Amino acid sequence: MPNYKQVDVIDYGGGNVGSLLRSLERLNIPYQLFAGDTTENPFPTGTNPIILPGVGAFEALMQALHTRGHVTVLKQLVQNQKVPFLGVCVGLQVLFEGSEEASDSCEGLGFLKGKVVKFTQGKVPQIGWNYVNAKQAGWQEGFVYYVNSYYAVPEDPSAVLFESVYEGTAFCGAVAKENITAFQFHPEKSGEFGQALIAHWWERVNEQ
Amino acid sequence: MPTTAPNGFCKRIIPCLDVDSHGRTVKGIQFQGLRDIGDPVEMAIAYEAQGADELVFLDISASFEGRKTLVELVKKVAKELRIPFTVGGGISSLPQVLDLLNAGADKVSINSSAVRNPKLIEEIATHCGSQCCVLAIDAKYHGIRNEKPSWDVLVKGGREVTGLDALDWATQAVNLGAGEILLTSWDKDGTGSGFDCHLTSTLSQALNVPVIASGGASGVESFTEVFTQGKADAALAATIFHDGIWQVSTLKHALHKEGIIVRL
Repeated sequence: MPNYKQVDVIDYGGGNVGSLLRSLERLNIPYQLFAGDTTENPFPTGTNPIILPGVGAFEALMQALHTRGHVTVLKQLVQNQKVPFLGVCVGLQVLFEGSEEASDSCEGLGFLKGKVVKFTQGKVPQIGWNYVNAKQAGWQEGFVYYVNSYYAVPEDPSAVLFESVYEGTAFCGAVAKENITAFQFHPEKSGEFGQALIAHWWERVNEQ
Repeated sequence: MPTTAPNGFCKRIIPCLDVDSHGRTVKGIQFQGLRDIGDPVEMAIAYEAQGADELVFLDISASFEGRKTLVELVKKVAKELRIPFTVGGGISSLPQVLDLLNAGADKVSINSSAVRNPKLIEEIATHCGSQCCVLAIDAKYHGIRNEKPSWDVLVKGGREVTGLDALDWATQAVNLGAGEILLTSWDKDGTGSGFDCHLTSTLSQALNVPVIASGGASGVESFTEVFTQGKADAALAATIFHDGIWQVSTLKHALHKEGIIVRL
């Protein structure tokens, strides 16, 4: 049973990671930022679980990950070595093969099979609180805060961890498969329930 | 959890806190000016605990000193709060926006400065994303214009009529990148006689971004009306919460009974 000392947070120079870091502080989960090959201590080594926060556009995030040298490292650690991984928001979307938001030539990390598509009903983006229905055992249900125009469609339906419904469209709110967990919503902005989800992920990776 | 309404996408309840240059929450009292009603950080924590879905902080000083106080306040709030919050009041440039977002605000709200300089909306949307950019519109009924009901856009705290039509302005702002509209009715604000459902539905149905209704909040029925007839995506109020007329949780339970989907 591992007893991790900290999480390693991928910093790609864009997006507001502050609120996620404050969440980790409130939960007493130590963290270290890894800003890629622009710095002295660029990459996680796989000794700790990895978090990829994500704000902004799919293509911009992929480009930033490439520029900072994170893609090769993430493939090695998360895909091959099965290091525990948590993605948030666009950090979930880039786990898939591609997105309607990005050009066809822009490939995602491809750790999970499937594509990211745009909402076709209602006001887009979805901004606000929605309910998550658990599709896997061991997770609580509750309300979470979303800001998203796009959502992932995993090829493997058993990878869906949470499902929500927006304007009649059921969509994937979170995925969990092997070492990978990812939330489309913002747990760090989802009140006490959101905090509990991050805490629960941390407990699970320490129990596995 | 027993439910009478389905759990799905929620209508949001948003308490609003006016903050002065000393970083205190204040409330305007008729003929008496402003009264200090508490520490905004403590109030924010209390509102989150009551079940507020989001908070709005408005800097009513809009002074240089007030600006510095505000950034410090945003840092304190961000440390404590686990729900999204918007900051507005006197924001007129991208550097000011970046200061507030870097301090931990999730969104900024702009008003008069966007009327003067609509490009500001585009700048914020391009640099920070539309989801950060809330356009606040103060609107007052004008009458029939071009054979349709029309509302004037007011600026400078309601003291100046711009000649802009509220729906036209909101449409232009959304095209420039505004991600949400915070719509205050100057016919209803401070009256406690219910939200302006006509104004709210006119904008909400025409726009593909959320509309937050503000001005006139009173009882449960005023919220039910603005969410159903008014098609509002969220509703904002100050006095009813500050004065303890409604706890956010009591209001939300009452709305839930009325079949409105809220986060409980």
